[in-house]
Amino acid sequence: MFCRSILIAAFLPALVFPVHAQNTAPDNKRQRELVHMVRQDCGSCHGLTLQGGLGPALTPAALRGKPSEGLVATIVHGRPGTPMPPFRGLLDESEAAWVVERLVEGFPADGGPAPTQQTVGAR
Amino acid sequence: MLLLSACASQQPVVLRGTGDLGVVVERATGQLQVIETTHRRALAQVSGLGDLSHASVVFSRDSRYAYVFGRDGGLTKVDLLTATIANRVVQAGNAIGGAISQDGRILVAQNYEPGGIKAFDAGTLELLADVPATYGPDGKRSKVVGLADLPGNRFVYSLFDANEIRVTDLSDPGHPKTERYPSGKQPYDALVTPDGRYYIAGLFGEDGLSMLDLWHPELGVRTILPGYGRGEQALPVYKMPHLRGWAVAAGRAYLPAIGRHEVLVVELGSWKEVARIPVKSQPVFVMARPDGREVWVNFAFPDNGWVQVIDTIQNSIVDTLQPGRAILHMEFAPKGEEVWVSARDDNKVVIYGTAKRDKRAELPAASPSGIFFTSRAFRTGF
Repeated sequence: MFCRSILIAAFLPALVFPVHAQNTAPDNKRQRELVHMVRQDCGSCHGLTLQGGLGPALTPAALRGKPSEGLVATIVHGRPGTPMPPFRGLLDESEAAWVVERLVEGFPADGGPAPTQQTVGAR
Repeated sequence: MLLLSACASQQPVVLRGTGDLGVVVERATGQLQVIETTHRRALAQVSGLGDLSHASVVFSRDSRYAYVFGRDGGLTKVDLLTATIANRVVQAGNAIGGAISQDGRILVAQNYEPGGIKAFDAGTLELLADVPATYGPDGKRSKVVGLADLPGNRFVYSLFDANEIRVTDLSDPGHPKTERYPSGKQPYDALVTPDGRYYIAGLFGEDGLSMLDLWHPELGVRTILPGYGRGEQALPVYKMPHLRGWAVAAGRAYLPAIGRHEVLVVELGSWKEVARIPVKSQPVFVMARPDGREVWVNFAFPDNGWVQVIDTIQNSIVDTLQPGRAILHMEFAPKGEEVWVSARDDNKVVIYGTAKRDKRAELPAASPSGIFFTSRAFRTGF
């Protein structure tokens, strides 16, 4: 967490201007978390293969011609009137921009959940 | 000599029943585990089932075959005794699940793309009927959700995009007959009560649920639990809840609220609100133990490491468990003494005794999601 705040602070000027997300790319562990989240949990509606489900497909072909800013805003703020919820609080704008860049170029395979402390309780 | 060697290479034949069998969906690898509940063990693995994200399963009436409906439109008939694929077709581009008819002869798939239902011969998987979910003046097709079997080889389902409930009679599969009922906004899933009488559709687009009395369809759809959100700002829904007949316990339905961290309790028939029970997060599966004395609840991302247990006399939480990371599904043993819980991100299935909620076993499974036992074969709405 500490490292991430430093990173974000260091690149704060980049956020003021149109974002080039590679400047604020999340660290490796966070990237793995984001890929897992998109594949598995966004996948509840968009499909594990991102070919769509209740939500639309998120493949490069499906996203072609859609402005990145709009896609980032959809992730962060959701889309009122549709089941797309806001993800702010779960990822920040630069992370959403990183996700959009990956989606547009063809989303990476899931490397599994980030290795964290097991949250399993005693029972 | 020849005969002898032929005999020696044959597999030993072990006779067994199928009443304690089931399957665990390993969705990341597109495989099924065939499991056995008596000794809490995996028997075999079956591959080649396509995209199993959001896979669901129904069983043949002899409970020998599992029919697996995959997200990619694949419909696979798996022989549980030999752990092999008996038949497979790809019937749509994007599918969400299926149902089997009262007489066990007809399978019906519910599809997002192209929107509608399709009926298949349960023996051969040959297409029997294609019923598009067409609506509006320009003939658009709606995503279909909430499919359930009804007595008389009829099927009931909801149209997410068209705000409608439809009942299709497949008693003569060559000539399907469909009745249409306007419903509330954006039905996302639905259930039929175990007697096949009440169909209740959860609504994403409004606070309330749509109920159709199938013994009195002429009365049309009625809204139950209207305005349960009391006009408050809805919380984000990171996963749509799932509804089935398991919601019914002690003469009441236990229903996930949408955008509220509550389980809503309504009395069947009078449709009076009995209680609203605060829970940890957005409920996804709200499942009664088969005796109806308890209801187990899991939750949407990012709070999906928790399971809570509701006592149906007090209508309050009596236990909170953390079985593992990303709890996607639960399945009770037919008489409810144990429950199997899938922990996707810990690659395991956890088995609890329900009387003391003690952990009895863990089985390894690759990214497990749905767990389905053959006892579903004998239940309407499963």
